[in-house]
Amino acid sequence: MHLDHADTYPPRHTYGATGPHRPDGTRRALRVGLGGPVGSGKTATVAALCRALRDQLSLAVVTNDIYTREDAEFLLRNAVLPPERITAVETGACPHTAIRDDISANLEAVEELEETVGPLDLILVESGGDNLTATFSKGLVDAQVFVIDVAGGDDIPRKGGPGVTTADLLVVNKTDLAPYVGSDLARMARDAEAQRGELPVAFTSLVAEDGVRPIADWVRTRLAAWTAAPA
Amino acid sequence: MPTNETPPPPRDVRGPAAGGRSPSPDGPDRGRQPLPGGGVLGGVGALLVLADGRFPAGGHAHSGGAEAAVAAGRIRDAGSLEAFCRGRLHTVGLTAAGLAAAAAAGLDPLVLDDAADARTPSSALRVTARRLGRQLMRAARAAWPSPELDALAAARPRGAHQPVVLGLTAHAAALGPPEAAYAAGYEVVSGPATAVVRLLSLDPFEATAVLARLAPELDQVVARAADAARRALDEGPDALPAASAPLLDIAAEQHATWSVRLFAS
Ligand SMILES: Nc1nc2c(ncn2[C@@H]2O[C@H](COP(=O)(O)OP(=O)(O)OP(=O)(O)O)[C@@H](O)[C@H]2O)c(=O)[nH]1
Ligand SMILES: [Mg+2]
Repeated sequence: MHLDHADTYPPRHTYGATGPHRPDGTRRALRVGLGGPVGSGKTATVAALCRALRDQLSLAVVTNDIYTREDAEFLLRNAVLPPERITAVETGACPHTAIRDDISANLEAVEELEETVGPLDLILVESGGDNLTATFSKGLVDAQVFVIDVAGGDDIPRKGGPGVTTADLLVVNKTDLAPYVGSDLARMARDAEAQRGELPVAFTSLVAEDGVRPIADWVRTRLAAWTAAPA
Repeated sequence: MPTNETPPPPRDVRGPAAGGRSPSPDGPDRGRQPLPGGGVLGGVGALLVLADGRFPAGGHAHSGGAEAAVAAGRIRDAGSLEAFCRGRLHTVGLTAAGLAAAAAAGLDPLVLDDAADARTPSSALRVTARRLGRQLMRAARAAWPSPELDALAAARPRGAHQPVVLGLTAHAAALGPPEAAYAAGYEVVSGPATAVVRLLSLDPFEATAVLARLAPELDQVVARAADAARRALDEGPDALPAASAPLLDIAAEQHATWSVRLFAS
């Protein structure tokens, strides 16, 4: 029986995605997931990251739209990357399934990008807007960013949930709108720290000049650690 | 188990049929143990894993033509969902079940992949079948690592037709041709039923009752598929069912051009 001889077959990562290496043994691209509620600024973050990093790094993006190709089309329209570096995955109306429970389509997409546009440094995987419990599978991404905004209510950090509590980076976006929606940024920072302990939080306004800087710096640090890890 | 009535075909086409009482590791009794009180035990555990709607092989993003049928008004409620699923089961379901059973019975998967191409007139559905085959391959190799899956993955890096991969997966999981046919046939109806719960907010209990009512017909389709697979061992893939549903093909071609849709197919 085959199962008795599992050790004679290559472990899963040589053809799957969880391992950090390409089939040829070199280190594959770092995969960063971006999730969060509808309209919080995930696509705006992806676009700004591409503009900030594309001159130094080889990038690609996978989007998981709910029922349209709007995220992918927005990125294409704004020409943040050449079209062959952007792939839209269809999710059957359930982005959280496609990024967590059944990641097969997303893994096909990231591997195909690596194959077709050649060695990549960084792949950004955007989830369609979902709820506070939507997180990425560790089989799909190496790190995840959860993007909320001040306009969604300043009690979201207090409510917690897997996205807010466990994401490797929590982004509180649209700080420029805080005065207009009556959101208390200091309270959001306190609540986030209470939920997350040592894990980092970035407050951003993407309409400001270089507003994506804190997230771009975090990505650079993660990438440096990823590249420096033993081959 | 209905498989009692339908003894599976010999695995090895060239060698003598592994008949008699002693279960050979790769013969018709593969994966089965005789029970003291009669009947056989075995395979059901792996079949449950393989046929589970949560098996991570990409099916959740596909409606099996239901999204197009809902938009056209052909599926409106539980009754029309049942009619739609029944039509699918006896056409593309029978064809998929035959291919899966044949792959589990030991026919050359590359020959079967060509046979699947010939049985899938819609190019949109050929693309879908290969994409889903590739996604299934990934899950299958993690769940039941085997050299035969590795070989097919290497020969068809862009994906083989999903029913062929499913049949080979069943074999890697020590399941027989009827079980492979069950997994293929069930998926052909469970996909649309799940999708219609999302598309029409159909009562999930009604959708599940539709599947339960179709179960006896699934048994019949499996019996036909397993029988055809057995004949295909001697006669080649032309012995396999080639039933199709032209309206599903036409609607799939149209659906593939929609710019706003919930499901990929
Ligand atoms: N004022 C302000 N608007 C922003 C900021 N970031 C994004 N937006 C706007 O918020 C809206 C939604 O942004 P997206 O980036 O599309 O949000 P998303 O999270 O990708 O949305 P979904 O993918 O639909 O869930 C757009 O109109 C953006 O221009 C910000 O920092 N400040
Ligand atoms: Mg978006």
